Amino acid sequence: MSIPLILFIVCALLAIGGAVALILAREPIHSALALILVMMSLAVLYLLLGSPFIAAVQILVYAGAIMVLFVFVIMLLNEGVEERTNFSRLAKYVGLPLGFFLLLEFGHWLAHSPAGAVIANGAGASGQAADTAKLSEQLFRQYLFPFEATSILILIAILGALVLARKEE
Amino acid sequence: MGFITQHPVLVVSLVKIAVLLFIVMTALAYLTWLERKVIAHIQSRWGPYYVGAHGLLQPLADGLKFMFKEDVTPPVSDRLVYTLAPFLALALSLTAIALIPFGPPSVQLLGQPVFVVSNVDIGLLFLFSITSIGVYGVALAGWSSNSKYSLMGGLRSSAQMISYEVSLTISVVGVLLLAGSLSFNEIIEGQRGSFFLHWNILHIGRGFFPQIIGFLCYLTAAIAETNRIPFDLPEAETELVAGFHTEYSSFKFAMFFMAEYANMITVSCLATILFLGGWLSPFPDSWTWQLWLPGAGLILLGIYCAYDTVKTMRGIAQLQFAVVTLLALGGGALCLLPPVAGIIQGVFWFTAKILAILFFYIWMRATLPRFRYDQLMSFGWKLLLPVSLANLVLTALVIVWPMLVRHG
Repeated sequence: MSIPLILFIVCALLAIGGAVALILAREPIHSALALILVMMSLAVLYLLLGSPFIAAVQILVYAGAIMVLFVFVIMLLNEGVEERTNFSRLAKYVGLPLGFFLLLEFGHWLAHSPAGAVIANGAGASGQAADTAKLSEQLFRQYLFPFEATSILILIAILGALVLARKEE
Repeated sequence: MGFITQHPVLVVSLVKIAVLLFIVMTALAYLTWLERKVIAHIQSRWGPYYVGAHGLLQPLADGLKFMFKEDVTPPVSDRLVYTLAPFLALALSLTAIALIPFGPPSVQLLGQPVFVVSNVDIGLLFLFSITSIGVYGVALAGWSSNSKYSLMGGLRSSAQMISYEVSLTISVVGVLLLAGSLSFNEIIEGQRGSFFLHWNILHIGRGFFPQIIGFLCYLTAAIAETNRIPFDLPEAETELVAGFHTEYSSFKFAMFFMAEYANMITVSCLATILFLGGWLSPFPDSWTWQLWLPGAGLILLGIYCAYDTVKTMRGIAQLQFAVVTLLALGGGALCLLPPVAGIIQGVFWFTAKILAILFFYIWMRATLPRFRYDQLMSFGWKLLLPVSLANLVLTALVIVWPMLVRHG
């Protein structure tokens, strides 16, 4: 077994384990920690796919900024453990099989599509690592409009948060 | 032997990690000694003096003491997170140091550069992503202790680190624009010139904007990021007992301490690389006598130690200081050998610059009082952030100005 394959298996298992722990944990902070674990494992997977920039940004933005805010808010409110309601019967008998079916279908599609082949061969191993200059060239030339549109969207969201958080006078 | 030649990267990396870990741990221990000594002398005291000559064995004694103290876990704490937090803090702060190049990449062993553990193309981005998750150690420690003081400390620290991280990152972007790269080696090579005037902090020229404002913003934000005085609100003794690590004892407490000092070293390294020319010498390459500077410095130190040994030391301290003298003289002689002098040149300048910044840190701690919490927040958001943003805009304008003029 090659080192990248071992890394992939370990990180994939960690990501799945983290995702399951996120749902099952009753303490909100434990859920947040599990989510951080998922994000870090995903970052390693991006690294294996030959995209160190995306991996670093994944950690920087999600684990380093967004999740810090999550943890901060949970600490600030310091709510107790979550209360469990019983499983809704619909979710149990329809949702679970449907979810399982979706997973199978997605796996089947990935195994037979060109995108799946690229991932399976390992883009990082073939030396096609995307460097930062190329990425920014694409982002600021070809995809300039979506990029700017997204920034305006984020600005609007910030203004919305400000309006909502402002105290009534 | 066959394994070594087949996997040079793996073997060399493991050796480098082991050596670096040893050096960093020793440096951390003696940084505490240096801090106590410098603060003591600023305040007209002696500082550690009795454990070993000049208190040189004090860090060792402290380490042993921490190991043998009782490790108390509060029964109401969240055990898993409580244990995880110090490990997280220390592991992350040590990982960051693995990305730092301490010397030029031209010094190689088995085809691998010696002075950096992991030479990453986007080193700066990786470093920031590692330091950005460093806040969890402090925040989780504060939460899991289940104590009011700890929680307040953890909350303050997360808020402070989020706020100052913005200014920290933006103050560095100016350097990135000048270097056009995220790789540490390229950023340092871009500052090569005949004199220290080519370092990013001072470089004036066509298409260059001196990053002195960026450097000051970076230094301020870095002190806040490492929770040091005057920004040590998370552990303000007068308000919060000891802040986020109130409930920690024994070696877990020592781990937070080590993490704090490791973070200090990391931000000093980063300041050196980005603004002060990294492992470049401040003198032109044609001045060949600078090769002998490290050796000469050590031998001068050795001579002073010899004088001190004979003149002021008595008893066991005299014996201990004689060993220090011999080490300094022997090291100095070794550094005067031509091949060794060439190899350690870069590391010598890098270390000298880091020590200067660390001394500045300690000096600040001995001089300044603590901020009030609202002052801290308004300083970060209303002064530091606009200034670093202005620095970024100015740098970008200076860089694109020739293009703007040419195209009308």
